[in-house]
Amino acid sequence: MNIADRIGQVPPSGIRRFFELAEEMDDVISLGVGEPDFSAPWAARQAAIDSLERGRTSYTANRGTLELREAIADHVRTYDLSYGPDEEILVTAGASEAVDVAMRAFVDPGDVVAVPEPAYISYVPGVTFAGGEPLTVPTREENDFVVTPEDLRRAGAEAADLLVLCYPNNPTGATASEEELAAIAAFTREHDVDVLSDEIYAALTYEGDHTSIASLPEMSDRTVVVNGFSKAYAMTGLRLGYAMGPSDAIAAMNRVHQYAMLSAPTTAQYAAVEALQTCDDAVEEMRREYDRRRRFVLSRFEEMGMPCFRARGAFYVFPECPGDDEEFAEGLLHEERVAAVPGSVFGESGAGHLRISYATGMTDLKEALNRIERFVESR
Amino acid sequence: MDEKRELLDCLVRNARESTDDLARQTDLDSETVEQYIDELEADGVVRGYQAVVDWDRADAQHVEAEVELNVELDRETKYDDIAARIAKYSEVESLRLVSGDYDFSILVVGDSMRDVSRFVSDQVATIPEVTQTVTHFVMDTYKHRGVQFVGDDEDDRLSISP
Repeated sequence: MNIADRIGQVPPSGIRRFFELAEEMDDVISLGVGEPDFSAPWAARQAAIDSLERGRTSYTANRGTLELREAIADHVRTYDLSYGPDEEILVTAGASEAVDVAMRAFVDPGDVVAVPEPAYISYVPGVTFAGGEPLTVPTREENDFVVTPEDLRRAGAEAADLLVLCYPNNPTGATASEEELAAIAAFTREHDVDVLSDEIYAALTYEGDHTSIASLPEMSDRTVVVNGFSKAYAMTGLRLGYAMGPSDAIAAMNRVHQYAMLSAPTTAQYAAVEALQTCDDAVEEMRREYDRRRRFVLSRFEEMGMPCFRARGAFYVFPECPGDDEEFAEGLLHEERVAAVPGSVFGESGAGHLRISYATGMTDLKEALNRIERFVESR
Repeated sequence: MDEKRELLDCLVRNARESTDDLARQTDLDSETVEQYIDELEADGVVRGYQAVVDWDRADAQHVEAEVELNVELDRETKYDDIAARIAKYSEVESLRLVSGDYDFSILVVGDSMRDVSRFVSDQVATIPEVTQTVTHFVMDTYKHRGVQFVGDDEDDRLSISP
């Protein structure tokens, strides 16, 4: 087959290579997993089963069932976000589809999309597939890897058409405060940059409340917020996310979505309505378990002298590792059978770090950290 | 959240955590954890620490029965008086006053059905205030104290994912 040039422009993910290394070995404790170790709350699973029993196996409206969009509209009021279920919300096959559709709906060939790094691995390829020009914006550890107007200026992001944000962040676990977001918001208004804010980890915020940049003054018109059910409700495999924004932006996204996807998985939509309506306690229980692990992991890195900024969200911490991060991660895997993802996979500014996921039970977590400690001491 | 409450939640989740691990999970120092635990015990908030046992898998004789108990009160005898008397038996694992069709719910434990039956008929049913007992032998346990004994979800996630 003749393969399109832009496929060649996107290198295979560094995660993939590491995955293959880890798969070859037995008895590996993995701290490299980017999804919850819990299963979806039972009530949500039961709702999915019920919908199947009632034969609900057809397409839904392109934008998702009205019932779900209404439930989403209610839910996001927690974050001071107000969106109309009819025109301002689009239900997608995972937040991943929402990100992809947004790129295709908002990016023209040659448009510049600023992506602060370290970043989730899909944004830059998403820009490239849409024909845009990715502009990576290195962030700094002294700011807990939260992008600042200075970082944006230094990278030349005044020229950007779109800025991608992700707080709480994968891979760093960083959260952005209202003040930090306000500074970014002022930059985007000054230079007329639109914002795609991936807030998939919003519910997993441990110190203080999550703030959405779209809730700041004069930002809702230039922001599309992406969220979903994968992380908060442990529903990764059900593939369900959503995008919210001004009606013209959502209509544009829906244009792509209706041809590419038609509608998000129907079974998952039934599960999601139930999740939003009755599973708050289950989410809170998971959040608190993650929080216990987060504090445990941060304490352990402090004890073993691996510098690690205080991550306040998602289920990742991002410690510094001595020497080259890929070498360190490979050594750790081979010698101690602990898998962690090298930070450079998420962009150059992640080099010298490891992404440590604590979406793993406490027993394994303890053992893994003991092994890391032993590995660090042996070097 | 209140620090002591946070610690209590950790203990409920797993009371075998070491003091150091409890400290790491709560962001408290070990001395404070010790002090809070002492206080929780002294105040009678924490009454004990026990294992969650699946007796079907233990090589042991173990029979449990839920006993419903109806009683008749009079001027001199209140629920607390009857409860105080029943609670003293070592066969009684738990004893609670409940709303609804009966008064007390008792969990009775013994080595055999015969032991349990005999205990209920000889010791409980003979209490003057007791008007009725209904004994339900436990046939199988699927979940106990928040721990599922069956159908554990397996971790089939990819070992590394973005």
